[in-house]
Amino acid sequence: MGKPAEDDKELEDLEVALLLEGVFRRYGYDFRDYSLAHLRRRLRHRLQSSYLPDLGAMLHRVLSDRNFFELLLRDLSISVTEMFRDPGVYQRLRTEVVPRLMTWPFVKIWHAGCATGEEVYSMAILLHEEGLLERCQIYATDFNQLALKGAKEGIYSLDQVRLFTGNYLKGGGRESFSDYYTADDDAVILKSWLKKRIVFADHNLVTDSVFSEVQMVVCRNVLIYFNRDLQQRIFRTFYESLCPGGILVLGTKESLQLSGMAELFEPVCPDEKIYKKVPQ
Amino acid sequence: MSRAAVRFEAVVIGVSAGGLDALRAILPRLPENFGVPVIVVQHQAPGTNDFFARFLDQRCAVRVKEAEEKEAAAPGTVYLAPADYHLLIEDDRTFSLTLENRVRFARPSIDVLFESAADVYGPRLIGIILTGANDDGSHGLAAVKRQGGLTVVQDPGAAEVDTMPRAALAAASIDYVLPLAAIGPFLANLDKNGAFHSDGLVNSIRI
Ligand SMILES: C[S@@+](CC[C@H](N)C(=O)[O-])C[C@H]1O[C@@H](n2cnc3c(N)ncnc32)[C@H](O)[C@@H]1O
Repeated sequence: MGKPAEDDKELEDLEVALLLEGVFRRYGYDFRDYSLAHLRRRLRHRLQSSYLPDLGAMLHRVLSDRNFFELLLRDLSISVTEMFRDPGVYQRLRTEVVPRLMTWPFVKIWHAGCATGEEVYSMAILLHEEGLLERCQIYATDFNQLALKGAKEGIYSLDQVRLFTGNYLKGGGRESFSDYYTADDDAVILKSWLKKRIVFADHNLVTDSVFSEVQMVVCRNVLIYFNRDLQQRIFRTFYESLCPGGILVLGTKESLQLSGMAELFEPVCPDEKIYKKVPQ
Repeated sequence: MSRAAVRFEAVVIGVSAGGLDALRAILPRLPENFGVPVIVVQHQAPGTNDFFARFLDQRCAVRVKEAEEKEAAAPGTVYLAPADYHLLIEDDRTFSLTLENRVRFARPSIDVLFESAADVYGPRLIGIILTGANDDGSHGLAAVKRQGGLTVVQDPGAAEVDTMPRAALAAASIDYVLPLAAIGPFLANLDKNGAFHSDGLVNSIRI
């Protein structure tokens, strides 16, 4: 009874591996070191939604049909996000990180995996209120072009605004959140001056080369999708792109400890997962 | 098939409304050296901290904690899914978190945990659905059964909210329907190798 199930699993694992290899060779997107449990879920979801019989058929389809690949790319890129998510983190950024950023004449910030931009605009608002925005350059990157397009527009649905406003206030917001957008019937449009210091760019963390020396890397809820090896590689990438004493901000449920890279960074606010690069 | 021959490797539990009381009735029954990890999805509001895990930890012999990304699932430990993330388990028995959209309005979702655990543990998994006001978990429990695992549902007649157990009963073939008070002793009957102590108890409560 257990046997056929195990055979099925072996076969599915092989098919997943072949599919990822095919996607990588054909399109250059490398998912081979993503979390397998996550990949299985997303691929099964695509099988069902596209009425494909099995992963073999999906491999064939993805190699011959670029539109299908785009669809798959979106399935594998989870771009769920919100403004001022985890307000406690923004509080600590104001009190613990801003004073450090003040010590640099010019501050470059890299938001890796910025999705549809909510987190980047939250940072821009915070920096503005702390009087630092004019001295900053923010690079906001993601490999999901559709998400990036949304990020550049900065238009969000009206029913999220209550959540965003609540988060903003809990995160130590000092003005009125409604100063930062204009609202129409069902959407809010962020004020365009918020975008002045932001450059949005298509960048794949796994396959593209690193960014120029930055003072802070914000990469939240992206590494959770990677296996341990890939996490370690990316932590090393961040280490190399940060200037001495540079700041690393992770998602609140992400762990340097468990991915085995605790020696590269020391905690500034351990609970909020804010770290500082240690000297070599 | 004799269940006594199977060495179970993990227990997954899904619970929603009424969960605090349900878990308080079950988890304190487990001995400190309980032979397998217990992985729990309790629906929670986003922004909830690990209060729940700490609360249960103080009342249990087993260790109770929030599951962390990349942490290995260890015996004698109960892991709770953190609020607002889905919890999955990998082939190497470490946890993954994802922010995927809510599944049937829930994040964490019981279905998501159970389906990934069914992939990993196959027939060596026990899946349990307890009280709750929605139908999350029914697909997941069906997946546990498909992979040859053992399925348990809290007796809906006595559940605080019966929607979730009833949905599970309708969706999957169930090995045991047990009143809340019997679930703790049932699990405690697993020995340190994850095998059931005496098949007698197991068969006596079989439906
Ligand atoms: C869950 S969102 C996180 C958004 C935001 N940082 C937050 O925490 O709210 C994850 C994002 O990571 C992006 N991502 C995943 N793999 C990536 C890669 N290899 N390179 C760049 N971005 C990636 C996805 O496209 C998605 O937009």
